[in-house]
Amino acid sequence: MSTARRIRPSGSSPEAGAGLRLSGVHREFSGRAVIEDLDLDIRRGEFLALLGPSGCGKSTLLRLIAGLDRPDAGRLSLGDDIRRLAYVFQDASLMPWRTVLGNVALPLELAGTPRAERDPAARRWLENVGLAEAAERYPNELSGGMKMRVSLARALVNQPTLLLLDEPFAALDEFTRQHLDELLQSLWQVHAMTVIFVTHSLMEAVFLADRVVMLAARGGRLLADRTVELGRPRTRATRTSVEFNRTVELLSAMLHEGWDSP
Amino acid sequence: MKSTVNTLLQAWLPPLISLIVLTTALEILLRISAVPPYLLPSPSAVMSALHQYGTELLGATLQTAIAATAGLLASAALGGLGAILLSLHPWIRRAFYPYAIFFQTVPIVAIAPMLVIWFGYGLKAIIASAFIVSVFPIIANTLTGLLSTDPALRDLFLIYRATPLTTLFKLRIPSALPHFLTGLRIASGLAVIGAIVGEFVADTFQNGGGIGTAVEIAIKEQKTDKVFAAVLMASLLGLAFFAVVNGLSQVAMRRWRIAETRE
Repeated sequence: MSTARRIRPSGSSPEAGAGLRLSGVHREFSGRAVIEDLDLDIRRGEFLALLGPSGCGKSTLLRLIAGLDRPDAGRLSLGDDIRRLAYVFQDASLMPWRTVLGNVALPLELAGTPRAERDPAARRWLENVGLAEAAERYPNELSGGMKMRVSLARALVNQPTLLLLDEPFAALDEFTRQHLDELLQSLWQVHAMTVIFVTHSLMEAVFLADRVVMLAARGGRLLADRTVELGRPRTRATRTSVEFNRTVELLSAMLHEGWDSP
Repeated sequence: MKSTVNTLLQAWLPPLISLIVLTTALEILLRISAVPPYLLPSPSAVMSALHQYGTELLGATLQTAIAATAGLLASAALGGLGAILLSLHPWIRRAFYPYAIFFQTVPIVAIAPMLVIWFGYGLKAIIASAFIVSVFPIIANTLTGLLSTDPALRDLFLIYRATPLTTLFKLRIPSALPHFLTGLRIASGLAVIGAIVGEFVADTFQNGGGIGTAVEIAIKEQKTDKVFAAVLMASLLGLAFFAVVNGLSQVAMRRWRIAETRE
């Protein structure tokens, strides 16, 4: 299967210290191909948005990268620089019986970090996501947006070099979502890491990413691969800028063209 | 304040009215019809029997409560442990879950005489009876809880390379707690029934015997009013058990910040 309509993004040659390389990756479930012969290089430090309709294999791809699933064929290589990875799910997926602090400290706890070190680290990350005062509270006392911030803090607490997010803000209201998009951007800018962000929102993808990769509705083929030429940091003003909207329109056109054809 | 009174009234008034109406109706019916009291004693006769044998029945209730509590604690401990063992691997489940179901399907009345042969007359056999009847709901519910952990959290533990043992203690067991408590609530009523059945066949009449013994003796003496008074005490004991376990589980849930609705 060829990678139809593949637009080579400028300035992302895979040789430039590829953080992550997928070659010929194939995955099927009970005879139905979800990812078909996919090639994808992701640069170190890149913010990549993975866009596609439900059931196009975005989540499967993310699970393959996280090592939660194995491809049926093809190779998937994580660069040496990507040692620690973190995963943010669509639901905040917090443990209700632990305090916010206990939830954020979990990755360090599982790595065997002593309490004297992990609690201050968890507090620092809660500060970074603006939830310092909620440390001793329990998840069921928090709003959806706050829970997601806790989930972000938990993902970042062991300073991952690769951050995978699976439609993390999809269940939140638009205002909260935009707020968290901006927070995520600033966290990414301060802490060097490769980010793969799965979303079905074109606007969110364009706002956040260096590069937008679109998957076809079926077979997980690459529909488009495009660099977003917008300066950083992107702010509220970016969302109303001509350049932003031009990019969204362009991608939207590619999207409909690709998804409408069988 | 007024609203609290209102809620209390709304909660207690309907059952109270139905109780008064039904017992009064039964009382009148039994008085005008010529049903002999040894077939069906009137509510007033049961109440006076309750008054007459009060001390004796209270002592018996306490005996039964001790046996039922011991049986329930054994169920909680062994049932919980059994569920954990069963949760470890599908093979273990396939091999041993049928034996767990045995506890659910075994007719306790049929096996109770065997308990006497194995444990001898007395408290041990009665506790064993309470245990057998009450252990399955704990195993089944706890196992469901252990196996229905949030898949995202399980993935998270995999990503952070947690060992199966760590995952068990930090994730599976805590998230199974609400299910365990549900099982415990069901088991609490059953443990009382199991203890009473055990007393029917295994009681030694030490310390006056339990409720089951009291019922058995009253039947032989044809004191129907005493039988009903004892049965009433047994029901109240079952209710008290349920209330205590329910209260304890609510405290535990609050402590663990798990909303009851999560079940």
